[in-house]
Amino acid sequence: MSMDVKEYIASGILELYVAGELSPEENLEVQHYAIQYPEIKKEIEEIEKAILELTEAASPKMSQDGFAKVKAELGDVIPFTPEASSGKGTPWGSYLGWAASVLLAIGLFWMYTENSKLKSEIELTNQEKQSLEDILTDTQEEITSKETLLQQIRDKNVTVIALGGQTVSPSSYAKAYWNKEESKVIIDAQGLPEPPDGFTYQVWSLKLDPLTPTSIGLLDDFASQDTRLFTLENANESEAFGITLEPEGGSKTPTLEQLYTLGAVGS
Amino acid sequence: MDLDNLIQQFQKKDTVAFETLYNMYAENICGAINVIVKDSERSQEICQDVFVKIWEKSNQYDTSKGRFFTWILNIARNAAIDEVRSKTHKNKKKNLPVDSLVGIFESGEDLNSKMDTIGLQSLLKGLKEKCILLIDMLYFKGYTQKEAAKELNTPIGTIKTRIRSCISNIRKNMA
Repeated sequence: MSMDVKEYIASGILELYVAGELSPEENLEVQHYAIQYPEIKKEIEEIEKAILELTEAASPKMSQDGFAKVKAELGDVIPFTPEASSGKGTPWGSYLGWAASVLLAIGLFWMYTENSKLKSEIELTNQEKQSLEDILTDTQEEITSKETLLQQIRDKNVTVIALGGQTVSPSSYAKAYWNKEESKVIIDAQGLPEPPDGFTYQVWSLKLDPLTPTSIGLLDDFASQDTRLFTLENANESEAFGITLEPEGGSKTPTLEQLYTLGAVGS
Repeated sequence: MDLDNLIQQFQKKDTVAFETLYNMYAENICGAINVIVKDSERSQEICQDVFVKIWEKSNQYDTSKGRFFTWILNIARNAAIDEVRSKTHKNKKKNLPVDSLVGIFESGEDLNSKMDTIGLQSLLKGLKEKCILLIDMLYFKGYTQKEAAKELNTPIGTIKTRIRSCISNIRKNMA
């Protein structure tokens, strides 16, 4: 980049520069040229010299102790500039700065730790909440199913048949809740002992004259049914219900030696 | 030690460097204040305050502010103008005159200022009144180019070339 130095000088920009009329950017540009072109530097100095002459001529008759008076004032001056505090005397400012940084770091670390703790606590609480919700759901389902069962048992169409213990197990008992309309029978097997391995209870609908048994279902998974309540289909014109112990999978005809309970309808 | 080094030392709060700078510029700074304040005693007091201020603000100077003298001249004229404004408050008769330098040049009155009026007159010899006014506004009063153009009722574009020719006249008178 070349420039016309004479033209630049003649423009009057250097007079404005000395007057302090230019922007910071323009000032830096002028200085850049002053370094590059000695003619410009010299011109600036001469313009400044003219102003120095002028201001000097305007000066009052100066007292000789001028600087002493200024210096006396400097004693009271505490330079609060960052440069001054780092350059001179005890650097309390920088100690405080470091201390503040360390405190800040500790503070941030503490907050981070606390935050992590809180996060894992929240996670734990969320897990607890989830398991409680699961339990609640289960309980609600259980209540619903029991309410349903209760409604079924209480239905006005339901006939309750008490089944008494027989020779093989005199202390056994059971109940049949028979809804003829819906062709459903609910067996309450609370009073029956748990069947031995490889055996299962089988429920029979009976016609009494002549004695005709019809299987209406098995009480499978007896042990896992906490309620000991079993719902079975029964479309028969039943006169009685009997429960026998049969080999797993059930039998075609009841094994009468293993008749645990028996009860007649409407008796 | 050259000026740049001197300023660097001064910025490191070196009082010896500061004293050197004071000796270099005190008369000029006090003179610039005196043109506005026109009172020898008061100008010197303000001048001292200005140098204390320069010391306090030393870290604020950098080359983006221009010449070091330009920077301290700016601080001085602000202090002087503040002084005259506060005085104007108490005494309505005195307003901040735009023609202070012209007045000094023409009449050489103002006994209070104790200026070297003969010296001033020889420096400003042959300068048109508009030239002296422009110098007064740009260097002593800190007017912007725009404000000066308005005061002189000329286009802003002519200020630059005009101040160039005015200062050239002074330089010729110096030779």
